[in-house]
Amino acid sequence: MEPMLQDKFKLAGIKHQDADNVSRSGLSFWQDVMTRFYKNKLAMIGLVLLIGLVFMAIFGPHMTGHDYRTNNLSQKNLAPSAEHWFGTDDLGRDVFTRTWEGARISLLIGVSAALIDLLIGVIWGGIAAYRGGRTDEVMMRFADVLYGVPYLLLAILFMVVLGQSLTTMILAMTITGWINMARIVRGEVLSLKNREYILAARTLGAGMSRIMRKHLIPNTMGPILVTMTLTVPTAIFTESFLSYLGLGLSPPLASWGTMASDGLPAIKYYPWRLFFPAAFICLTIFAFNVIGDGLRDALDPKLRK
Amino acid sequence: MDEKLIEVVNLKQHFRLGKNNIVKAVDGISFDIYRGETLGLVGESGCGKSTTGRTIIRLYQATEGQVLYEGENVHGRKNRSALKKFNRKMQMIFQDPYASLNPRMKVGDIIAEGIDIHGLAKNREERTAKVHELLNKVGLHRDYAGRYPHEASGGQRQRIGIARALAVDPEFIIADEPISALDVSIQAQIVNLMKKLQRENNLTYLFIAHDLSMVKYISDRIGVMYYGKLVELAPADELYNNPLHPYTRSLLSAIPVPDPDAERARRRKLYDPTIHQYTVLEQPQMHEVTPGHFVYCSERELEQYNSGRAIARANG
Repeated sequence: MEPMLQDKFKLAGIKHQDADNVSRSGLSFWQDVMTRFYKNKLAMIGLVLLIGLVFMAIFGPHMTGHDYRTNNLSQKNLAPSAEHWFGTDDLGRDVFTRTWEGARISLLIGVSAALIDLLIGVIWGGIAAYRGGRTDEVMMRFADVLYGVPYLLLAILFMVVLGQSLTTMILAMTITGWINMARIVRGEVLSLKNREYILAARTLGAGMSRIMRKHLIPNTMGPILVTMTLTVPTAIFTESFLSYLGLGLSPPLASWGTMASDGLPAIKYYPWRLFFPAAFICLTIFAFNVIGDGLRDALDPKLRK
Repeated sequence: MDEKLIEVVNLKQHFRLGKNNIVKAVDGISFDIYRGETLGLVGESGCGKSTTGRTIIRLYQATEGQVLYEGENVHGRKNRSALKKFNRKMQMIFQDPYASLNPRMKVGDIIAEGIDIHGLAKNREERTAKVHELLNKVGLHRDYAGRYPHEASGGQRQRIGIARALAVDPEFIIADEPISALDVSIQAQIVNLMKKLQRENNLTYLFIAHDLSMVKYISDRIGVMYYGKLVELAPADELYNNPLHPYTRSLLSAIPVPDPDAERARRRKLYDPTIHQYTVLEQPQMHEVTPGHFVYCSERELEQYNSGRAIARANG
């Protein structure tokens, strides 16, 4: 055997400390999340779609020169044409204008219901689970009792007491809607709160709000986002149901829900009256779902490539 | 070395699991920890050693008893600033390096958590500089600051955990089985790192473990726990050479010997708690047998131990 020959090897001049050197710029956590989100094609389609919908909700009603409330019985139930892009309904109102007028209300209800649910649910469920013991018991039993009350009854009560308005409807929807979110967050926090990284934060002197913000909520983000994306369509449908019962919006105000339920009886002869609002409900749900999915993936560093 | 840093006085930690079901995880233990030493705490699973550590650092409110830090009770009512002062002095290193780091935070933010909470850095540059210094101290490259915990191995993660504890410049660190989740070759690295940091930062350790040979290597004194009680406490060599309590003897007889012949001859002693046969009148308590060597026993047993030692001395 030949001894290891010195001249067959030569030092490359790399120091031991540099062996670990990976040149990656110091991005913050949120910069990282955004980069991952932008790389997700489907989520970007959803985002563009949502931006488009919001844009149309703002400018759409003024695009055709028709308004959403003027009846014109000589032009009722017209098929889509150059004059009426989405056709007209049984009172001769322009469906295009009404669709975007409705988008304002439907999107507003969907998003605000989801956000209010998120806010109350996360705080309520988080505090109940983190404090535990008696506090948990009292807070969750209160939620259970509220959950047992039929929301329709509450909605009617609210309408009677506070009067019929958009705010009342959102209030009626969220008064029981947050419980679902609270339960999910509570379950997650219960399983996380005794993890050693939470204990480590406590020994470092972190208070409850810091532990919630930095440790518990970021690690519960997946289920929270999924629940939120499901809340948006539920709220849109609930609104149409309440309106159908005469508890929601009153004509001539329009929402996708009321337009769809108005169009349903005429589906055989004037399908566009149902098709357009239904299609936009579908698109909205799709957009929220893929955005939620994309955000969930972007927030999980383990999926970083 | 003779200055008492921590005095644990008759500490009790009971957990209520049901109406008539109370678990006495820690049941009246007392010991002192001197400045600059390493006190090892050993015992079988479920004997209360981790609970002791967590109660000392206030993760649990003690059921009874006191923990005095430089003469000041840790468990009394405190305002926020007094609490924060304690948080800076006492820190903890955890057992499972996979569970002790938040998977959604960057390593740099994990280490800087203490710096952020206590406002130890004036601006971002100082914060970054401190994080890099800490990483360097525990033997990691500064680039780890921008990575996530799942990108590091078990040993590296444990180093990150140590850096996080060091960030607030503590005097006393409770190491709760810091090496039992690691590979043997990595264990030595982490223990040597802890020894190095002890010298450099003048740290005091409470080292909780069940690996007896590793505990002997790092500890100055060792306490043995059994079912919520401290049964023996002695300087490391004294405990290994002259174990008195039958449980300690049983534990020591379980250490494998790295020599096939000796290992074959090794006989495992079993501990049978009924041999004490304490009568109702006897109150077993800690007795100092020789200076610094305490054992939990009754007066009757104390005489036995003393005569046993006298015979051993006469023979040896």
